[in-house]
Amino acid sequence: MRKFFLVVLMVSAALMFAAEVTEVRIGAGWEMTGPIAGFGQMSWDGVKLAMKLRPTVKIGGKDIPVNVILLDNKGDKAEAANVARRLIDMEKVVAILGPCTSSCALAAGAIAEQKQVPLVTNTATNPLVTQNRRFIFRACFVDTLQGKLLAKFAWEELKSRKVAIFVDVAQDYVVGLANYFKQAFAKFGGKFFEVYYNTGDQDFSAQLTYALAQNPDTIFMPGYYAEIALISKQARELGFAGNLLAGDGADAPELVQIGGEFVEGLCYTTYFHQDADLSPRTKPFVEAYVKEYNRRPDAFGALAFDAYNLVLDAIERAQSLDPVAIRDALAATKDFAGVAGMISFPSDSGDPIKPAVIIQIKNGKPELKTVVRP
Amino acid sequence: MRLSDFVQHLINAFSLGGIYALIAIGYTMVYGILRLINFAHGDIFTYGIYFAFYGVTLFMFPWWVSFITAIFFTAFLGALIERIAYRPLRDAPRISALITAIGVSFFLQNFATVVFGGRAKSFNPQTGMYPVYFLKILKLGDVRIRLVTLITVSIVAISLLVLVWIVYRTKVGMAMRAISKDIPTTRLMGVNADRIITYTFMIGSSLAAIGGILWAMTYPQVYPYTGMVPGLKAFISAVVGGIGSIPGAMLGGFILGVSEIMIVALFPSIAGYRDAIAYVILIFVLLVRPTGILGVEVSEKV
Repeated sequence: MRKFFLVVLMVSAALMFAAEVTEVRIGAGWEMTGPIAGFGQMSWDGVKLAMKLRPTVKIGGKDIPVNVILLDNKGDKAEAANVARRLIDMEKVVAILGPCTSSCALAAGAIAEQKQVPLVTNTATNPLVTQNRRFIFRACFVDTLQGKLLAKFAWEELKSRKVAIFVDVAQDYVVGLANYFKQAFAKFGGKFFEVYYNTGDQDFSAQLTYALAQNPDTIFMPGYYAEIALISKQARELGFAGNLLAGDGADAPELVQIGGEFVEGLCYTTYFHQDADLSPRTKPFVEAYVKEYNRRPDAFGALAFDAYNLVLDAIERAQSLDPVAIRDALAATKDFAGVAGMISFPSDSGDPIKPAVIIQIKNGKPELKTVVRP
Repeated sequence: MRLSDFVQHLINAFSLGGIYALIAIGYTMVYGILRLINFAHGDIFTYGIYFAFYGVTLFMFPWWVSFITAIFFTAFLGALIERIAYRPLRDAPRISALITAIGVSFFLQNFATVVFGGRAKSFNPQTGMYPVYFLKILKLGDVRIRLVTLITVSIVAISLLVLVWIVYRTKVGMAMRAISKDIPTTRLMGVNADRIITYTFMIGSSLAAIGGILWAMTYPQVYPYTGMVPGLKAFISAVVGGIGSIPGAMLGGFILGVSEIMIVALFPSIAGYRDAIAYVILIFVLLVRPTGILGVEVSEKV
């Protein structure tokens, strides 16, 4: 009897290995909880819609269903690395989507690079994320570009001359973007000074009292939405009447929900807006998104949608589920029509060159101000 | 620094320190009685905010009804945690109770993530959490004081006075003080020790809820980990002031609030490391005076 079971076990094991691939396993590691949970949740909504519209990939003439395994990295660097390791080792995924933030993408990217599995982040903009890494790609622009655009916008449109920069010392993205902004803004001849805080800080009264004593005309917050909302609120309460400016980290509905009337007039750069005509796919995406969720689409969801389709396109071109082959196909991506703009990867770089969208909060809604093309 | 800036910093410091003090009292009372560091206290603070939030958004209570119910519910939550998690371990080694407290903290955080969701909820007049006139700003020369700050400082003062009255002027308070000295002997005097311990948790938790609601009025959001950092800071305050001592917790809270704000004000270049400063203060106090500023050396009972 025992022998019989052994034989059955061996036969079934052999069958399992010999069987055709029944699904394509793609990993997703996002900030689903924690202080920046909004980013992860918006991204996941984008991927869910993408899966609904394109549930299979064609390999060798067969439609194989795609299975996306989502894990939460809590917005924590160490967790992001654990998530990448678990997705690759335990879940045996062929590619990874996410994380949103640069710090987490750096940590997860180190693991993906080492284990040779391609990782496509939707919104990690710090240049270091893809630098010297062959397996890491992004669907968004880079902060070197964003910093320049923001400095230009501040100098020319907002007529800023003295800027207080609020830097979150714990986030690679924030430190990086602040630096690129400073370099570009100094070239225009603008003055600036920095004040510092840490992710999760809620009280900025001391920094603001210090900063406002120097009479800046603009406060630039290259951080994340929760802190941006709180800094804006406390700045206005302390009597600041100048401009509020932020980067793509501001782009979450929580900005207005938490900041309320205090973020009115705030301008920020981001990747996508429903009224910006970025590619032929923008409009159908907006319609599908509104139909699915009954609210306006956001940049994080749009780029996650693009990241998913980038990977699926690469798999179809590679006609293989080998992570290295998928990586090569990804690197060869040319004129991919994403919903947030066209994507081509220059040789030996995972950084596409893309337009930026500048948004202003008007009557509690993010309204399109202008599209800046590099 | 101009005088008006200094006064501005000082007002900010008192508002922050007052909230730390309210939470620190919860730590110190429980420690004084059970020799237990209740690590779930920061999460009780979070739940206080959630109860107030859902009272308004889900049950459509007026804000003040919602705040009062939230304080009661949080008090019951504190008592419930004590009944389920700590009472069965009353005679177990202290380390078991400590680990249980950490477990309760994790449970509360993850339960909130599952039930309330990971995204932050906004605690604003727009969502009806409190009336718009709370946002009014009073100007005294160059100094700008938010009405919320004044309310915070006065509610903190009232709560502390009520607490001192309960602990030093009522029978329950006397029983609490007796239990903190010696539980078996207090039992022999005919005091129901378990009930008094429940009261202690309820008082500590309701102060955490008051602190939480005041916190959310100033920093208008709540998510499952809201209470983590303030909880930790309050714990440091309690240790700095002398854990087990109620005046110590108040003093520690204000010391921490003032030093956090003043260090950012005087040395803006290290403002990003504000949290580290709290720990440096903690280490310094532990090195120089391990019992805390107002703590009394207790000889271990054999």
